[in-house]
Amino acid sequence: MFTFIVRRLLQTIPVLIGVTILTFGMMRLIPGDPAQIMAGESASPEQIELTRERLGLNDPLPVQYMDYVTGIVTGDLGTSVRNGRPVSGEIAPRLRPTIELAFYSTLLSVLIGVTAGVIAAVRRGKLSDSLIMLFALFGLSMPNFWLGLMLIQYFAIGFDVGGINTGWFLASGWGTWQQMVLPVITLGTAGAAIIARMTRSSMLEVIDQDYIRTARAKGVKERVVVYRHALKNALIPVVTVVGLQFGALLGGAVLTETVFAINGLGRLMVDSINARDFPIVQSGVLVFAFLFVLVNIIVDILYGFLNKRIDLN
Amino acid sequence: MREEINESAAQAKAAPNPRIVKIKNFWKKLTSSKSAVIGGILIILFVLIAFIGPYFTPYSPFDTDTSNRLVGPSMEHWFGTDNYGRDIFSRIIHGMSITLYVGFFSVFIGMTVGVLFGIVSGYYGGKVDTVIMRFMDILLAFPGILLALAIVAVLGSSLENVIIAVGIFSVPVFARIVRGSTLAVKKLEYIDAVKALGATDGRIIFKHILPNVASPIIVQATLSIATSILSASGLSFIGMGAQPPIPEWGAMLSDGRNYMYDATHIATIPGLAIVVVVLAFNLFGDGLRDALDPKMKN
Repeated sequence: MFTFIVRRLLQTIPVLIGVTILTFGMMRLIPGDPAQIMAGESASPEQIELTRERLGLNDPLPVQYMDYVTGIVTGDLGTSVRNGRPVSGEIAPRLRPTIELAFYSTLLSVLIGVTAGVIAAVRRGKLSDSLIMLFALFGLSMPNFWLGLMLIQYFAIGFDVGGINTGWFLASGWGTWQQMVLPVITLGTAGAAIIARMTRSSMLEVIDQDYIRTARAKGVKERVVVYRHALKNALIPVVTVVGLQFGALLGGAVLTETVFAINGLGRLMVDSINARDFPIVQSGVLVFAFLFVLVNIIVDILYGFLNKRIDLN
Repeated sequence: MREEINESAAQAKAAPNPRIVKIKNFWKKLTSSKSAVIGGILIILFVLIAFIGPYFTPYSPFDTDTSNRLVGPSMEHWFGTDNYGRDIFSRIIHGMSITLYVGFFSVFIGMTVGVLFGIVSGYYGGKVDTVIMRFMDILLAFPGILLALAIVAVLGSSLENVIIAVGIFSVPVFARIVRGSTLAVKKLEYIDAVKALGATDGRIIFKHILPNVASPIIVQATLSIATSILSASGLSFIGMGAQPPIPEWGAMLSDGRNYMYDATHIATIPGLAIVVVVLAFNLFGDGLRDALDPKMKN
């Protein structure tokens, strides 16, 4: 197990290096002078020259790249164009809401997705199966920013039903549960839909297998067959999807945070792109990618624990 | 002479062209799938609306009417009017072609590049394979629409750049699927036979491997159109895509945000339009997968 974890960590190094090369290259690909971009649009020629010196833009590219990586390792991500503050200081406080949002949404989508998927598989071909799959299809086809706006309309602004106003939740911010319910539903719905479909087909595949038939033939109760024998094995492929889903949710947080005015990393990215504050955009992309890679390592290790059939080494 | 013709005709009847049989079987399976039929009919309808619809809209999608701002759905304005008094129904109809254009073109870009990478990677193997697939891993390390967002940040906000960005974003998915299928096809004996006959790599790839990996590509392309439409409308929603006054649905939704208290329909209707179109492609994709790729069927 230990060697597996070490090997898995080593495998991510080339990916992380690749990610830094891409984010480094990002700044060179923006049309225009990088020094001008880094210094901001209103910078004077002297300031631009100063920035050029400070960033070592006169150095050859490999040297610049090494400086960039050294900066990442030491936590120096440059300075914001808008306010001149260090980028790391701008990004750090934004991490928590985004990670919390993605985490709770993943949790919600796993809970709903797995439950719905199991019910659909057990009641294959019945009305409840069709309904669950229809809902899943809708969940998959809805733009999450639209779902967010609709939830705000009906459960934050609310409407009157028999004297009761349905505006139970808040439409903006992050921290209290009234603020967190709607964004988590918004972001978690698509994931729940994908996981439900995945769980259903995985369950159906497992249920047809010999050992399940044997368990049934032995007279094991149907509930035990479904939940102890089948589900345990059916969940193995689902775990991988959950890891990928967490990534999709991190990306989706950009839209959800915009809709619900949550001061997370996603919203910071959007604001920074609009303000052409590229040092922040560059580092934001980097942080998002690192987070995603980290989550996938955790998922892979979990997968290793769950599925003893695969040879870890 | 006549006998010969009759003979070959009889032969043709006894052993029909295998390709035609294949297509017939596929068509039978496809039309027996409810989701494929509903999805397919909806897609045809949407394409018709995109091409013909704009000639029949009651109003111009750009004409403002300040005396009729934020009016709810009525006989004159089926879907109501927006904050500039523009007719939302007309804007939705005009937006259909934009949505389909974005969906088809971005997937076309992603598919072409991804298929090329995947086939080359799977066929040649070795170092080429390692380099291409590691590059795909790096692209996949950017979660969700973030890669597309970063690309638009670099290229600048416009509908064309969104198409490119969303296209690049779907490259790794195609590359992985096609690589896997290519590896499977490459092992088949007849590829060795063709090689022994002296066929060039290009001929083997285009004539023998590509047709054999076409099914998963077509299924993925259909499903990718659905996700690409969602991603692109999301980028337009945050102002990175289509710029006003283009009647792009994501951008229209974004306009509606500021009028949630007075006029919900401005945000509701474009969202519903996106749902219906994306749903159609997902339905059709599901049906296609069942008909083309029995292994992937539940």
